[in-house]
Amino acid sequence: MARVEVSKKACAVNPLKMSQPIGGALAFMGVQGCMPLLHGSQGCTSFGLVLFVRHFREAIPLQTTAMSEVATVLGGLENVEEAVVNIAKRAKPEIIGICSTGVTETKGDDVDGYIQLIRQRHPELDHMGIVYVSTPDFKDAFQDGWGKTVSKLIEAFVPANATPIQRAPQRVNVLPGCHLTPGDIDELRDIIESFGLEPTFLPDLSGSLDGHLPEDFTPTTLGGTTRDAMAQMGSAAWTIAVGEQMRLAATTLERRAGVPFVLFDRLTGLAPNDELIEFLSRISGRPVPLKFKRQRGQLVDAMLDGHFHFGAKKVTIGAEPDLLFAIGSWLIEMGANVTAAVTTTHSAVLEKLAIDEVLIGDLEDLENRSKGTDLIMTHSHGRQASERLGVPLFRLGLPTFDRLGAGHELTVGYRGTRTLIFNIGNMFISQAHEPGPDTWRREDENVTHFGGEPAPELVQITAMA
Amino acid sequence: MSTLAAKVQEVFNEPGCDKNKGKSEKERKKGCTKQLAPGAAAGGCAFDGAKIALQPITDVAHLVHGPIACEGNSWDNRGAKTSGSSLYRTGFTTDIGETDVVFGGEKRLYKSIKEIIDKYDPPAVFVYQTCVPAMIGDDIDAVCKAAAKKFNKPIIPVNSPGFVGPKNLGNKLAGEAILEHVIGTQEPEYTTPYDINIIGEYNLAGELWQVKPLLDELGIRILSCISGDGKYNEVAYSHRAKASMMVCSKAMINVARKMEERYDIPFFEGSFYGIGDMSDSLREIARLLVERGAPAELKDRTDAIIEREEARAWARIAPYKERLTGKKVLLITGGVKSWSVVAALQEAGMELVGTSVKKSTKEDKERIKELMGQDAHMIDDMTPREMYKMLKDAQADIMLSGGRSQFIALKAKMPWLDINQERHHAYAGYEGMVELVHEIDKALFNPVWEQVRRPPPWQETTWEERANAAIAAEAAELAADPVKAEQVRREKRVCKCHNVNVGALEDAIVAGSLTTVDALAEATHAGTGCGGCRDTMEQMIEAANAGGAVPASKAA
Repeated sequence: MARVEVSKKACAVNPLKMSQPIGGALAFMGVQGCMPLLHGSQGCTSFGLVLFVRHFREAIPLQTTAMSEVATVLGGLENVEEAVVNIAKRAKPEIIGICSTGVTETKGDDVDGYIQLIRQRHPELDHMGIVYVSTPDFKDAFQDGWGKTVSKLIEAFVPANATPIQRAPQRVNVLPGCHLTPGDIDELRDIIESFGLEPTFLPDLSGSLDGHLPEDFTPTTLGGTTRDAMAQMGSAAWTIAVGEQMRLAATTLERRAGVPFVLFDRLTGLAPNDELIEFLSRISGRPVPLKFKRQRGQLVDAMLDGHFHFGAKKVTIGAEPDLLFAIGSWLIEMGANVTAAVTTTHSAVLEKLAIDEVLIGDLEDLENRSKGTDLIMTHSHGRQASERLGVPLFRLGLPTFDRLGAGHELTVGYRGTRTLIFNIGNMFISQAHEPGPDTWRREDENVTHFGGEPAPELVQITAMA
Repeated sequence: MSTLAAKVQEVFNEPGCDKNKGKSEKERKKGCTKQLAPGAAAGGCAFDGAKIALQPITDVAHLVHGPIACEGNSWDNRGAKTSGSSLYRTGFTTDIGETDVVFGGEKRLYKSIKEIIDKYDPPAVFVYQTCVPAMIGDDIDAVCKAAAKKFNKPIIPVNSPGFVGPKNLGNKLAGEAILEHVIGTQEPEYTTPYDINIIGEYNLAGELWQVKPLLDELGIRILSCISGDGKYNEVAYSHRAKASMMVCSKAMINVARKMEERYDIPFFEGSFYGIGDMSDSLREIARLLVERGAPAELKDRTDAIIEREEARAWARIAPYKERLTGKKVLLITGGVKSWSVVAALQEAGMELVGTSVKKSTKEDKERIKELMGQDAHMIDDMTPREMYKMLKDAQADIMLSGGRSQFIALKAKMPWLDINQERHHAYAGYEGMVELVHEIDKALFNPVWEQVRRPPPWQETTWEERANAAIAAEAAELAADPVKAEQVRREKRVCKCHNVNVGALEDAIVAGSLTTVDALAEATHAGTGCGGCRDTMEQMIEAANAGGAVPASKAA
């Protein structure tokens, strides 16, 4: 049971956290034909854009209301209206997803009110969805923006249904947290489909940011959850939420359409995946396919082979709460010591982590706690600390801008966990300390010294026959 | 091949070996190595053994003359550490091809030596003979001699082709090579009354360095370690040491004994494993050095350091006691040649299962050694299911063994610790024992065990359950059928080397009214291989002559 502490520093040094609006924007990027729009100054958008481009190495659809100083003071209605109209004209999206920022929230722009006005003034845009999420930069963090946005998407596109309807028993909604990569989503889809179930992911980055070569160039997202699919989510049999950050969205969907949900606080490690497989087998009424029996066996074997290298290793982690919980819990199960955990924001899941303390802090806090440890796990910005301390860095989470394939890193499922054991285990192996003649030599007050080299004997050495 | 054959014979006839001295003239001729049973053999060949023994010499080039298999499949696979040159880890082989097999590989060997000298200029080149060039008659001795003359550099032939025997024989042939060509060929700059050789220590995982600081503190100089972290010139002038310690494996006993014969260097057999053995070894080193003329005060200083280090080690082991008390350890090893690790494990509160040892007196130690020596041997030909049964019956919490049984333990989801040659952790000296206890603690309390023992989320008969069922069925069958049970009992092998079972021995005892182990050995060949079963044979004779049956615990 971890105690959650908040860093008392006034100044954050080397931030771990990224802001809510771009978390929200990323969620919109998992929806088909969508243009995320940050209501703020143009820098708010461009920083987010650059961050995602470097991480995913893809063209990123992200627009801005380009608030000027004057517009900020007077209110952003005109800018929002102009942005919506321009985007509609130029990009022809099915949905515009608006996230507020620190600037516009400080001013107190009533974006919901603006949207009503825009709807009245522009009936020609009726076919286009406009979704607004309040995501002030100065509150919460990236994963919260993601979670809130998914909840808003559900409110906007899943019809409220008070009366019981016929549920499709094979259909399952999946609400993945933002710590799942496009690769993770593909893996989960594969697992769920193996039971004859039909999953709908919301958001679905595997369709949009999986690095495929598009057949067409559009300025909006290409791939992702469609409006039709969202509209059908209310009649699914179950919702599977992955990560505590998705509780809000899952609850919203349950309240709105009566879809029961199960929340997996992580899908990294043996036990959580056993639970997932057991659950899927139960709701589908099908036996567990042979491939999972093989995959589970391979994972158990990897755990046995790997535990030698994980045992008693000191690892520090800097990550958002759900990712921290998933990776941290799994590392502890492998015998490693998570000697420091730094995160970005509050979450109910933090207390469940089986370590003493979780600190809401920055990468300086992580660096100060990583001296003499065996591994640092955080996003690419941990590289400076890694260099300074001489402790290797395993890149975990977003942004991973100095490595290829960030979108395809796997941490879920039996296979994902197995891969993680190999990747991290190999880092431990490659840094194994080579012993030297002085490794076990100690210099304390108890050690006496003979007095240097023994004196040579005064004997004539004659060659022996 | 006549010289090689003679050398092998000579090596077999090792007067420094107690076991060998116990054998009859006739048995001695047969040699100490068990005849390899085709289809049931395991372990390395003589070439492997020779390479293992000498490769830790760090600054020379080790050139393997043979087809790619010998070096290509095995290079850089040992954990001997170096404080200087790492040339010993570079793989050199002549990689002979078809043409060489037809026309002879000597020229290629000669050119290889030249290339190595041109590129790396090592102080010496060791040339290892292998089976194929031995068969086609490549004379590596002659090539080495010619090359040495031409390049004015020691080129040492190591004549130990794989097919002459097992690894252990290769160790000794390697010893012969350095005795013949290296030792005594150089002189040290100076000597001191505190110069020792350590023979048969390979500095695996850096273990020598767990011991060396204490020797340094005492002012004792390791003139030469043969061969861990060794340098060519150190081996070449090792004949000037005052005393030698032969590290407890018998691998290089011929080197220690012949250095005593040729250069008057007394030796003792000791071990750095375990707190008691480490202290004994330090005392022995001091005793021998004082006998050879070092000041007597060395003994007092040695005692003082031993007292200090023992106290420190026990104090460092003590904190583990609370967690480890009552934990059961199944110790199966042919690897770490010391049984005083037992004392350290017991000090940490652990219990050894499979043996009934309470306190490690000297006699107990011998007994553990016998018991475990047998078990270690037994495990070689156990089926996985039998091994699983043993783990289960012992109700052990952790198994310590060599690498071979690793996967059985792991697949049975049993914590396991490697104490074999390939291990990555150094367990020598006082430091090493603390490390061992720490590693056991780490392995035992790794939460991964809880995880991997979880039942899968589907109905399944695990292999453990199937094995339990099969074991139970077998036991039930035997209980119901005394004839079959007797048959099974009689079929139990006693001598693994010559495949002699309980029934054959009992029959021989009765038929010949035998009263001695030697007589029984003569009649059945049992006990003439490794000799590990001679105790069991003795007990069987005693039991038979006492009129009773063979003790069930031993034979059944």
